[in-house]
Amino acid sequence: MADAPPTSVADTPVVWRSAAGRSVVGARKPSRSTRAWRVWSSAAIVTAVVLAVLIVPPLVDLDEQAVHLADKLLPPSLEHPFGTDDVGRDLLLRCVYGLRVSLLVGVVAAVVATVIGTAVGALAAASGGWVDRVVMRLVDVFSSVPHLLLGIFIVAMFRPGVWPVVISVALTHWLSTARIVRAEVLSLRSRPYIDAAISGGASRWRVTVRHLLPGVLPQAGLAAVLMVPHAIWHESALSFLGLGLPTHQASLGTLVQSARSSLLAGDWWPTLFPGLFIIVPTLAIAGLAGAWRDRINPRRRSELML
Amino acid sequence: MTSAPEKAAVAAAAEAAGQGRRRLPWGPMARLVGRRAVFAVPVLLTVTFGVFAVAAASPFDPVKAYAGTAGLTASQENLDQLRANLGVDKPLVSRWWDWLTSALQGDLGDSSTLRQPVADAIGERIGWSVLLAATAFVLAILVGSALGVLAARRPGGWLDRGVTSLAYTLEAAPPFWLGLLAVWLFALKLGALPAGGLTDTSSTAVTAAQVTNHLVLPAAVLAVSQLPWFVLYVRQGVGDALGDDAVRGARARGLAERTVLLKHAFRSGMLPVLTLVGSRVPELITGALLVETVFSWPGIAAATVQAATSVDFPLLAALTALATVAVLLGNLLADLLYGLADPRVGFDG
Repeated sequence: MADAPPTSVADTPVVWRSAAGRSVVGARKPSRSTRAWRVWSSAAIVTAVVLAVLIVPPLVDLDEQAVHLADKLLPPSLEHPFGTDDVGRDLLLRCVYGLRVSLLVGVVAAVVATVIGTAVGALAAASGGWVDRVVMRLVDVFSSVPHLLLGIFIVAMFRPGVWPVVISVALTHWLSTARIVRAEVLSLRSRPYIDAAISGGASRWRVTVRHLLPGVLPQAGLAAVLMVPHAIWHESALSFLGLGLPTHQASLGTLVQSARSSLLAGDWWPTLFPGLFIIVPTLAIAGLAGAWRDRINPRRRSELML
Repeated sequence: MTSAPEKAAVAAAAEAAGQGRRRLPWGPMARLVGRRAVFAVPVLLTVTFGVFAVAAASPFDPVKAYAGTAGLTASQENLDQLRANLGVDKPLVSRWWDWLTSALQGDLGDSSTLRQPVADAIGERIGWSVLLAATAFVLAILVGSALGVLAARRPGGWLDRGVTSLAYTLEAAPPFWLGLLAVWLFALKLGALPAGGLTDTSSTAVTAAQVTNHLVLPAAVLAVSQLPWFVLYVRQGVGDALGDDAVRGARARGLAERTVLLKHAFRSGMLPVLTLVGSRVPELITGALLVETVFSWPGIAAATVQAATSVDFPLLAALTALATVAVLLGNLLADLLYGLADPRVGFDG
């Protein structure tokens, strides 16, 4: 897309003085150093999360299921930084194991959803005509069912276990990726190099797979990364409702669910920390994905994250 | 037909909005509603068929679920007889068609978990859900707009940075977690509000005062979970509008900052928010499901979870169709509002 020439005065940056005498600038983006700080802190958190998830379970020889009834519901202390739950299990360890399960479910679901979405979007755009219309109309139709409700329905039909949760999240999240990929393929299709490939005698299949799909991958990858927090959120919601993973398996959702009875007795820490383990990685992933998007498409820099 | 008092009220509202005696475009609005109603038919057909197809593809066997442990010892003839009685021996399309035709006559089947007709089960719960969701939505729009305007006023200022960071954090926070923490703080620590339910456990009658008291916390939590989008959209819309020629013109004429912000920038910056109203309905339903569960609100969430746990297919199918209708209604409402707010757009969508 070529940049449109400025059509009004509003496109030229002008500094205004507001009533309070403070300057109001047209382009309101954070300074370079603020952005760099954001990217680096996000990267640090994501690295820490990935390391914790990959390294702690095999290296640290601690049993997260170990029950110490004498130590039940201890508030956060040096020995147990997040406190202990109602049967005396260390919550920091439970949270790391929970994050491991949630992240695994989130990543697998996001990958499956992205593959489905990319395939459907590319198929629609490359086929054109009635296939495109029918497929995209179906995407519209299924976008009007609330994700969680459709997810609950799918889980109810296929449960119990981890895979029904993954399938449920994947099947409800590919719709937006299909839209993004279709739009991207349509815009790429009018590029000269596609015309060159077609006049060189490339088949429709070859043009799609060798020339269009590689061009779409950055956008699809970005959508996949942004989908991981959504998928984790979705998994935790299902687990909280008692429809996701089995209760004994620590995931961030089941941790919050099993903390409910302790909370009603006045102990806040079993509820607080698993929630923080959802929020902080979500913000970090969104921060990194935002930086990546700025690199792909600087014009959208001021738009909303997530 | 609209009655005379209604017409007077509409005219008064238009007057109050400073629009003079501009008449509402009833004709185009009715045509939009009609077109959407026609469009809703294929959507609902597809969604319900999809629901039946997923059920058919799943390993779940309604006969075994119905028979329970007796199904393990029952003879094959008995099972086949049961299969025929339940109507699940027919092919997918005819089962779907049977359900659809009886649904159109008001019979949505019987819920196996709640032991009552699905229509009754939904009918006695939907009102409470709508009350909660509507209260929270209005609250989210009002508070979100106010915070968004405040943030847009000084882009990059401490208020802007604080509100934006808070919005991103709340966006990432699961509503059920917010709800639980709110219960801990307001019900257990401060003892200011009830922790859940619709009325006090000791009382038998449902009074308005009791319901209001029990509504405050769930509605506030649901509103807070929906708040980020409204804050960010209003901030973006008003921020962009502050750079518009019309707003510069207003500033150049020496109008007060307050007038510029509220009468000029806010009015044009609110337009994208109206589309958001429509697109947030699915998330509102999702959030309401979770918040209702936390607060044991007697709405449809409890029924949904129960239906899902014991695979109550008729209830699940009806709830999915109902949620789809709610989303379509939300989209329609947003388009009607947008057409009214911005006459350039009209009602052609």
